[in-house]
Amino acid sequence: MQTEDELIEEITNSEYKYGFYTDMDADQAPKGLSEDIIRFISAKKNEPDWMLEYRLNAYRIWEKMEEPEWAHLGYAKPDFQDLHYYSAPKPKVQLDSLDEVDPELLETFKKLGISIEEQERLTGVAVDVVIDSVSVATSFKKKLGELGIIFCSFSEAVQDHPELVRKYLGTVVPTTDNFYATLNSAVFTDGSFCYIPKGKKCPMELSTYFRINEANTGQFERTLVIADEGSYVSYLEGCTAPMRDENQLHAAVVELVALDDAEIKYSTIQNWYPGSKEGKGGIYNFVTKRGLCMDRAKISWTQVETGSAVTWKYPGCILKGNNSIGEFYSVAVTSNHQQADTGSKMIHIGKNTKSTIISKGISAGQAQNSYRGLVKINKGATNARNFTQCDSLLMGNNCGAHTFPYIEVNNQSSKVEHEATTSKIGEDQIFYCKQRGMDETTAINLIVNGYCKEVLNQLPMEFAVEAQKLLEISLEGSVG
Amino acid sequence: MIKIENLHASIEGTEILTGINLEVKAGEVHAIMGPNGSGKSTLANVLAGRDEYEVTEGSVDFLGEDLLDMEPEDRSRAGLFLAFQYPVEIPGVSNINFLKTAINEAREKRGEDPMPAKDFLKRVKEKSKLVELDGRLANRSVNEGFSGGEKKRNEIFQMAMLDPKLAVLDETDSGLDIDALRIVANGVNELKTKDNASIVITHYQRLLDYIVPDFVHVLYQGKIVKTGPKELALELEERGYDWIIKELEEVTA
Ligand SMILES: Nc1ncnc2c1ncn2[C@@H]1O[C@H](COP(=O)(O)OP(=O)(O)OP(=O)(O)O)[C@@H](O)[C@H]1O
Ligand SMILES: [Mg+2]
Repeated sequence: MQTEDELIEEITNSEYKYGFYTDMDADQAPKGLSEDIIRFISAKKNEPDWMLEYRLNAYRIWEKMEEPEWAHLGYAKPDFQDLHYYSAPKPKVQLDSLDEVDPELLETFKKLGISIEEQERLTGVAVDVVIDSVSVATSFKKKLGELGIIFCSFSEAVQDHPELVRKYLGTVVPTTDNFYATLNSAVFTDGSFCYIPKGKKCPMELSTYFRINEANTGQFERTLVIADEGSYVSYLEGCTAPMRDENQLHAAVVELVALDDAEIKYSTIQNWYPGSKEGKGGIYNFVTKRGLCMDRAKISWTQVETGSAVTWKYPGCILKGNNSIGEFYSVAVTSNHQQADTGSKMIHIGKNTKSTIISKGISAGQAQNSYRGLVKINKGATNARNFTQCDSLLMGNNCGAHTFPYIEVNNQSSKVEHEATTSKIGEDQIFYCKQRGMDETTAINLIVNGYCKEVLNQLPMEFAVEAQKLLEISLEGSVG
Repeated sequence: MIKIENLHASIEGTEILTGINLEVKAGEVHAIMGPNGSGKSTLANVLAGRDEYEVTEGSVDFLGEDLLDMEPEDRSRAGLFLAFQYPVEIPGVSNINFLKTAINEAREKRGEDPMPAKDFLKRVKEKSKLVELDGRLANRSVNEGFSGGEKKRNEIFQMAMLDPKLAVLDETDSGLDIDALRIVANGVNELKTKDNASIVITHYQRLLDYIVPDFVHVLYQGKIVKTGPKELALELEERGYDWIIKELEEVTA
């Protein structure tokens, strides 16, 4: 007699015999999404059963979900059955010299002040430098290893640290969270994993930069950072080099867990291809980022977003522990036909929790930039505090800025402050700068950098310098 | 240095400058006085190249070049400085960074290397002393939260840093207390050489006790209607402008 469990297993496994699951050598899954495809991905990655179950569960939920509509975003919805959900990690195309690289890309590199070596590394030109950076990465890994810090790809973590992944995956962004996060939970291909042990302070900024030569993480990236009690880590994501990608849809999920007294600083520079000046092409960037703070923990999000055709993201914090702190500092630039709907969600659950939101939007051209923020104070969150400041800067007459603050207060002892300003870049300011001998472009850069200063100051030094250059390039020729 | 001939300028269709003639030579200080709304700031702004104003007639020669044909930033780089009547605030941009950007951009256009940080800081120290500008103001955002007097002092500090050939000071004395006035005036005097010149726009003879002008001009309804030696300023202070206007009417009548 079969037990009920065995029966279920047989039924679910029987699908393996059919479909294309047997075709294990395929480098790419056929287009479309189904349970078979998910089993295929999971098998390709040699995942344990619990991981497959996690994915399947997410897929079943996703199937019943509706893609959300956004009042201030307009774009052609992706056809989810017309995508490949798995491609074998391909080594980057090896080029023999920079002469073979898109000149426009090189021009941007030059403006960013990226060294020749770096340009070669980023564009995949085969040179010794690559080996250098691998060796740097290896020596970093060794040093981290001595402290018990784990920093590896998500796939490696599933193999080598399944207990940690299993314990925390989906605890901050549950599978049911939202359409894109649920899709990501079903089909994510890779991403980063980081664990800082109790009481350890990570001695260097952890950067995806050191992992760039590893397998292409693809369009459904998954990141999990866990800071154990009393630990500290600063994590950098992205880089200023323009990222071109064949995949139009990007739906990443980032989960941060800061246990008691821990602190996580997470900085992002996002510069995906924004599409042409006429608004053709470009990346759709639908990201779910959230952190969980336990007692006295602190999570700080800082982001400089200049890329993507459509951006939808609300990094936030669940302030579950008493005396925990959440911060969000953001600069979002939209120019030409770019659209952004970003903001932050701060959920106050613990007592004496504090959150700060500083959002700076810059719109130029025909761009639309919306701030959408949620501050929620739960009943038990005695003495919770929030301060929100969201500023919009308009360049030209055809762009728009919109602010949608949602505030929900269920505890009378809390204090929520919201300030918002919209300003146009001042003719007076520009003229003042010109009178002192600056070109219009220099003047605008100076004014914009000043406007973003509070946010840029939050970035680690080197990243801040890069971010400044990036802002300059993004706004080039925006006012005329 | 500068030669303004028959300058006419209007804004939004209203003619404000109605034929200005003025020549300033190297080493000279010219004062321009005149009732509110007579066009003093307009003249300053037109010289600096503000594009809201339309020059409809006339010419301006600055150091042998056609000033009106130059972009505002090129006028600045050629040595024209305007101390604004209402200096603008630029949040988040430190005074130091602002000046460094300005100076180095001008140097770059001349094909020179950026000023070494050491020299720059030395200059900041030296010049902020000259106008007794509180060291902290140099690090604060440009004019943000500065008091009225501090803003004016900051204009002179910037002028000292940029070392212009021709400085136009638009009511730099208004809003200054008596000590600040002396400090600002001393700054201007210290910077005076036989190779540079200034045009000082003011309502008060008081400033001219400190900055002694070679000529005093009266601007009225967009024209210079009277020019005299420094004593003219004293007379204006005592008698106001009515007598000049009367004189004028008698002539035209
Ligand atoms: N945008 C504008 N449209 C119409 N008239 C203007 C505009 N801007 C300035 N004016 C006028 O131009 C005239 C000259 O102004 P200006 O600022 O040059 O005077 P001023 O001599 O500097 O006066 P004050 O002593 O008050 O500083 C004034 O009558 C003013 O109202
Ligand atoms: Mg005036």
